[in-house]
Amino acid sequence: MTNDALPKQPTYYEEVERKGYSRRDFMKFVSLMTAFIGLENTAIGQVAKALETKPRLPVIWLHFQECTCCSESFIRSSHPIVADILLDKISLDYTETLMAASGTQAEAALKNTMTKYKGQYILCVEGSVPTAADGVYCMIGGKTSMQILEEAAEGAAAIIAWGSCASNGCVQAAKPNPTSATPIHKLVKGKPIIKVPGCPPIGEVMAGVIVHYLTFGRIPELDRLGRPKAFYSKRVHDSCYRRPFYDAGLFVETFDDENAKKGYCLYKVGCKGPSTYNACGVMKWNNGTSYPIQSGHPCIGCSEENYWDNGRLYERASHFAGFGIEANADTLGKVALGVTAAALAGHAIATNIGKSKLIHEHQAEGRESEHELEQ
Amino acid sequence: MANKYLHIHRLRRVYVWELPVRFYHWLNALVIVVLIVTGFYIANPLALLSKQEASTQYTMGWFRYLHFAAAYLFFFNFLFRLYWGFVGNKYANWKQFIPTSQRFFKEMWTVFKIDILMLKKNGQPQDHLSVGHNAMAGFIYFLTFIAFLVQCLTGFGLYSSMASWWFPKLFAWVPALLGGDILTRQLHHWAMWFFILFAVIHVYLVFYHDYVEGRGEISSMGGGWKFIEEEVFEQHKHHTPNPEK
Repeated sequence: MTNDALPKQPTYYEEVERKGYSRRDFMKFVSLMTAFIGLENTAIGQVAKALETKPRLPVIWLHFQECTCCSESFIRSSHPIVADILLDKISLDYTETLMAASGTQAEAALKNTMTKYKGQYILCVEGSVPTAADGVYCMIGGKTSMQILEEAAEGAAAIIAWGSCASNGCVQAAKPNPTSATPIHKLVKGKPIIKVPGCPPIGEVMAGVIVHYLTFGRIPELDRLGRPKAFYSKRVHDSCYRRPFYDAGLFVETFDDENAKKGYCLYKVGCKGPSTYNACGVMKWNNGTSYPIQSGHPCIGCSEENYWDNGRLYERASHFAGFGIEANADTLGKVALGVTAAALAGHAIATNIGKSKLIHEHQAEGRESEHELEQ
Repeated sequence: MANKYLHIHRLRRVYVWELPVRFYHWLNALVIVVLIVTGFYIANPLALLSKQEASTQYTMGWFRYLHFAAAYLFFFNFLFRLYWGFVGNKYANWKQFIPTSQRFFKEMWTVFKIDILMLKKNGQPQDHLSVGHNAMAGFIYFLTFIAFLVQCLTGFGLYSSMASWWFPKLFAWVPALLGGDILTRQLHHWAMWFFILFAVIHVYLVFYHDYVEGRGEISSMGGGWKFIEEEVFEQHKHHTPNPEK
């Protein structure tokens, strides 16, 4: 586990060879990654060269308030090299769930990497950091997650906020957020932070970020919300294979109806695809097997901020905070419309009583003019 | 009726709403209706059944197309009205909408007393006091302009990610500011109810003013004229400040 055993850092390609992969496997991996990170195929050579010549990037992977689904996703990436090389014990110097070491040894490995590769390592954070009660809700080795994050972030070249917890707080930050679970970008300043939201995110995004950083020496282009553009610039809706049913206006009404069997659009059973930015429809999950919509389930918008609080999972309509669970915007609107109509009816009656004199005068005036014309 | 004591008003024809204002008003009314209907359909489409292939149909697509087309008309019409608030006549001027003086608030209170509380003055029912918008209406229109802005920002914000033209892309910061499309969409949907409630009250009040005042409130948005009593006309000649001066 420790880096002392390896006097010189091997390159990724050396690792690939050592693991018994062929050159062909390596080139397939390179082509895949080049496509994933949104480069033209002329860049394949550049990526291959980087992986052949540059020593591997040290990665520290911290786990805070999370469920480890992000790690699970990562080790099921579509190409075995992703997990074997990028997420091997060689490459990951410290990760609670996958490293061989434990206890004092593990802490020593973490410290070792932090000092030896100061300013060079990639810090990957899975999970949010609780800030309530001085952070006692998440402590590892006697330190709060906030302390660990601060120490590890200081010497990091870049930080990957891996998953929805680290990017926007996810379920533990949902109202009332008892532990004050806080995403990474609100705690660490002055470091490039790449948000990779999703619950879990797609494993290839992580691999893509690492390969991009290795090839070009800088982090990939990010959007306004700090997510890599190559993966988060399109909505799930835009790459959805059920999109023609949406455009045609053909929808699943309930999960057991005929339309569901026909594979119609899941929009009306709450699909958040039209407001969710992710690459699920293109890359899919578990070695490209499927993704939620393909298996007949609406997208729940897991890579969007506050998706737990912003609406229900199986309905288009969103609840209205402060008006009870069942009130949505349209129910409230209809009530407001009813109240308005009643108020206007009341006003109309009051007008006829309160302004009767004025109204009668106008009518008399009009009638008088009419009479004069008649004569 | 005691016709002997009847006061027959002499009315002056006042050109209140210029043609561009009337054009703006009716185009706005049309596109808002289209936007509300198509918006409701997009939020909760009908349960359609069809034997045809999906590729031969485009129902949702057409509703969305209408919504976006109407949205562009709405936006540029809105911009035009803002421009006209600086070059149009004094009834169209921006000062009619934004309270800039003590007098504006005083007039709002008077309108409230006359039209809502129906208070009498010296035992006599009070007549209205404005030629164009009354101060209360003007202020409510100011609020609708803010609602217009909210709808344009959230609407084009949602549209920005699927747009190929640079213009809607200028609004991409809106969902980013709100943390994503989910909340942006919700705000867009909630704000629509303001338009529905406004339309109901607006139409009612037009009928109310026409009925109570008999000055051609309803038809004024057709021909542009209102008919003002001679004495009110004289009064306004001295008191209404002309913003162009």
